[in-house]
Amino acid sequence: MKKILFAVIPLLVFFGLLLLLFINLSTHSEVLPSPLIGKPVPAFEHPTLYTGELKTQEDFLGQPWLLNVFGSWCPSCQVEHPLVTALANSKQIKVVGLNWKDEPQDAKAWLQRWGDPYHEILVDYEGDTAINLGVYGAPETFLIDANGVIVHKISGVLTPQNIQEQIIPKIKEMQP
Amino acid sequence: MRPLILSLSLLLAWLFSGQAAAIDVYEFQNPEQEALYQQLTKELRCLVCQNQNLADSDAGLAKDLKDQVAEFVIAGQDAETIKQYMVERYGDFVDYDPPMNASTLFLWFSPLVVFILGAVILIYNIRKRHD
Amino acid sequence: MLASIGQFLLILSFTTALALTVLPMLGYARNNASLMQAGRPLAYLLFTLVLTTFVILVSLFVLQDFSVTYVWQHSSLALPLRYRITATWGAHEGSVLMWVTVQALWIAAVARFSQSLNLSQIARVLSVLGIIATGFLAFVLFASNPFEITNPAPLDGRDLNPLLQDFGMIIHPPLLYFGYVGLSVAFALAVAALIGGQIDEKWIRWSRRWTNLAWAFLTVGIILGSWWAYYELGWGGWWFWDPVENASFLPWLAGTALIHVQAVSERKNAFRGWTVLLAIIAFSLCVLGTFLVRSGSITSVHSFAADPFRGIFILALLAIYAGGALTLYAFRVNQLRSRDTINLNSKETLLLANSLIFITATFTILLGTLFPMIFEAVGKKISVGPPYFGLMFFLLMIPMAVLMPLGVQLKWHRDKLSEAIKALSPHFVVAAVATAVSYWGFDGLNLRATAGVFGGYWIASTSLAQWFTHAGQRNAGFVGMTVAHLGVAVFLFGMSMTEHKDTEKDVLMKPGQSIEVGGYDFTFQGVEDLQIENYRARQGTIEVTRDGESVVVLHPQKRVYPKQQQPMTEADIYPGFTQDIYVSLGEQINDQGAWAVRIYLKPFIRWMWFGGLMMMAGAVIALFSRRSLRLEQQQTDQVMKERLGLS
Repeated sequence: MKKILFAVIPLLVFFGLLLLLFINLSTHSEVLPSPLIGKPVPAFEHPTLYTGELKTQEDFLGQPWLLNVFGSWCPSCQVEHPLVTALANSKQIKVVGLNWKDEPQDAKAWLQRWGDPYHEILVDYEGDTAINLGVYGAPETFLIDANGVIVHKISGVLTPQNIQEQIIPKIKEMQP
Repeated sequence: MRPLILSLSLLLAWLFSGQAAAIDVYEFQNPEQEALYQQLTKELRCLVCQNQNLADSDAGLAKDLKDQVAEFVIAGQDAETIKQYMVERYGDFVDYDPPMNASTLFLWFSPLVVFILGAVILIYNIRKRHD
Repeated sequence: MLASIGQFLLILSFTTALALTVLPMLGYARNNASLMQAGRPLAYLLFTLVLTTFVILVSLFVLQDFSVTYVWQHSSLALPLRYRITATWGAHEGSVLMWVTVQALWIAAVARFSQSLNLSQIARVLSVLGIIATGFLAFVLFASNPFEITNPAPLDGRDLNPLLQDFGMIIHPPLLYFGYVGLSVAFALAVAALIGGQIDEKWIRWSRRWTNLAWAFLTVGIILGSWWAYYELGWGGWWFWDPVENASFLPWLAGTALIHVQAVSERKNAFRGWTVLLAIIAFSLCVLGTFLVRSGSITSVHSFAADPFRGIFILALLAIYAGGALTLYAFRVNQLRSRDTINLNSKETLLLANSLIFITATFTILLGTLFPMIFEAVGKKISVGPPYFGLMFFLLMIPMAVLMPLGVQLKWHRDKLSEAIKALSPHFVVAAVATAVSYWGFDGLNLRATAGVFGGYWIASTSLAQWFTHAGQRNAGFVGMTVAHLGVAVFLFGMSMTEHKDTEKDVLMKPGQSIEVGGYDFTFQGVEDLQIENYRARQGTIEVTRDGESVVVLHPQKRVYPKQQQPMTEADIYPGFTQDIYVSLGEQINDQGAWAVRIYLKPFIRWMWFGGLMMMAGAVIALFSRRSLRLEQQQTDQVMKERLGLS
């Protein structure tokens, strides 16, 4: 009996390995899940792009909002910009921009060219808040509820698909 | 923030001076701090170029994170605290040293189990007498 | 035109490999000598066809035929000739074709150098090798064809990845492939033996030389990879436990276990099932490695462009090769019943203990490499990197280093443990003293470095003593073993010193400024712009002096290749017997010529690679063992007699 067991164990282990490799082919991705889901948005204080007025995370309590991390240097941000604009114009949610590691003049020029859909734009010149948010590339979009808790994050460009499948349902959930 | 401002001012002073000596990219207070910085940037993963550690990566975010690590090291924080800071924001992925918890128990202890089991089987098979 | 010929020959090769798979095995099943005899000529035909196909691909690169997709994707008009040739294996399609070519070469070699095997044995071995060749040729034909055409042909190509425009690129992959493919011979033999339901010492003896040779190639291939990463990537590292590096290391570890166990199972009818299993595992790990590199399953600096279809294809090949072999193993291994007893106090036991250590190491590194996949399957992400692998490997090498001299000391069959330990104990003291002296001489060593250095001295001291006190002739096997083991000692010493006593300094330098590191003065003389061959270089000049005397002038570069955006860092290294001086450029700070510069001092790093070369040399020397040559000759005579009906 033991002999049979030892003869078969290598084959069984191999099948397990094969299964793992096969599953991995469809589950492997370079996207990092955020450890901040369910946690409050980190404290910040940033000037807004046009007026220079200082805003903190408290200024955004009271209603859900979308924080969209972008920069004029980022080509993918340009790609998703029409969708950000559409989302903001649909008035389903307030869209706030986080201008990441960008020169204010360049950002303003970029927004002039491609349109400014943002309710507000916070200037994160040093990148401190981006690090606190676990941002590792642009664009990234955070959905934050009325209590300032991060509900969802999308790394990479917004697409009609991920907006429909991930953002809209969660916005609806948050509605009273 | 303050050590960083200090370093930046030193940098500016150096840029405009005619001094003969090169200055360190970061002004550590002692060799132990420099060693800690080098160790940490080798154990933290670059999230942009995901196949490199922070030390080897030229990515913009890597530079920001290296600056952050240096700042913490100069402020006297230890490896544990600095890694914790990174993991809180980026998850376990950013640490090349996997954590020790319930879900990684198998990773850390199965080699020992395999070795002991193997040794038992080996000795048993050696001692088997064939007639 | 040439590409079409290549395509045609590819199809012919596939058919030949299929014939090689089917005919000899059919002959074995039906006891038909003519069919079995077809194996050897088919092997030679296969090699001729595949080699010609490969040469055609190389020619397409040399001739700059941009109508071929693969050629324009990895070459350009400005690419120097030598890199046009090596670009052949610079990316996926070409490198698989190279694998197949090396495979065909080994199959032909097996056909040629197997006179000591009888017809039924060689028929089975060639047939199994044929299965492997067929599988990979199918992969080339259907998933990875280098002869695809682009119409209309572009005027210039996309250029070869600059990291690959380098000498190391020329030799590292081929040598590594020689190792991977070589292990298929041990695999084929194991499967052939299982098919026949019996394995005797003649099989194993024949297999040992092929396995040794494959292991030697694998060793030098890995060493070259490490050396190449060191000087090419610009940051002074020589091993990253990157998944693809691990993919090459896993077969090496299993191979090390195999060559040591074969020494036992050749002499005794014992642990032959274990030998067979190790051979299956070793080659399966080679196929697993190629899967990991090409499927996009893992994030790695080495991986080729990801393609899920290719991934599935290779996974299927792995399932067939390893799954098939292990199924056969499950059914047949109990027929390989061991008849001889092994004494606990004997060399045999220690050799088997070696295999336990190395197979545990194989398991551990495989686990660490695949563990992130387990997490990903449930939607989480985790990293397993050098801190894990370094610790685990270090812990496993402790028993290896401790037991190695004991294994050499103990006699075959039966010995007294206490006597052996007594003979070795003076060397423990020698090693301890030498370690203490080193500790004092090098200004302190940390725990791992101390252990590594001690291990090196312990192995060196015992190996030398065992050499001088060896009773009887020192045959090639003994010489090879001693050289290889001394290589391990040299490796341990070099690795411990370079890992723990290296110096790294990151500085900002203006032209004319100096810094003192490790007793040397480094003076930065600015950066100039140069045009070299097909790239633009920003070349720095750094004068290295010691006590006012010039040591060397180093020229690290930042290179920009025409078709690539990112600049490449090219370090400059002053190699030395006891230390490397390594300098690379960081970034430019301002317009007045200030740059960030990295300076490394790497003590004894060359000892590490030299130790690896010694291990390779040891394995090659052992090939010429007169004992095994004599025994093989006897076998060949036996086979001849049977063929001529004389016995």
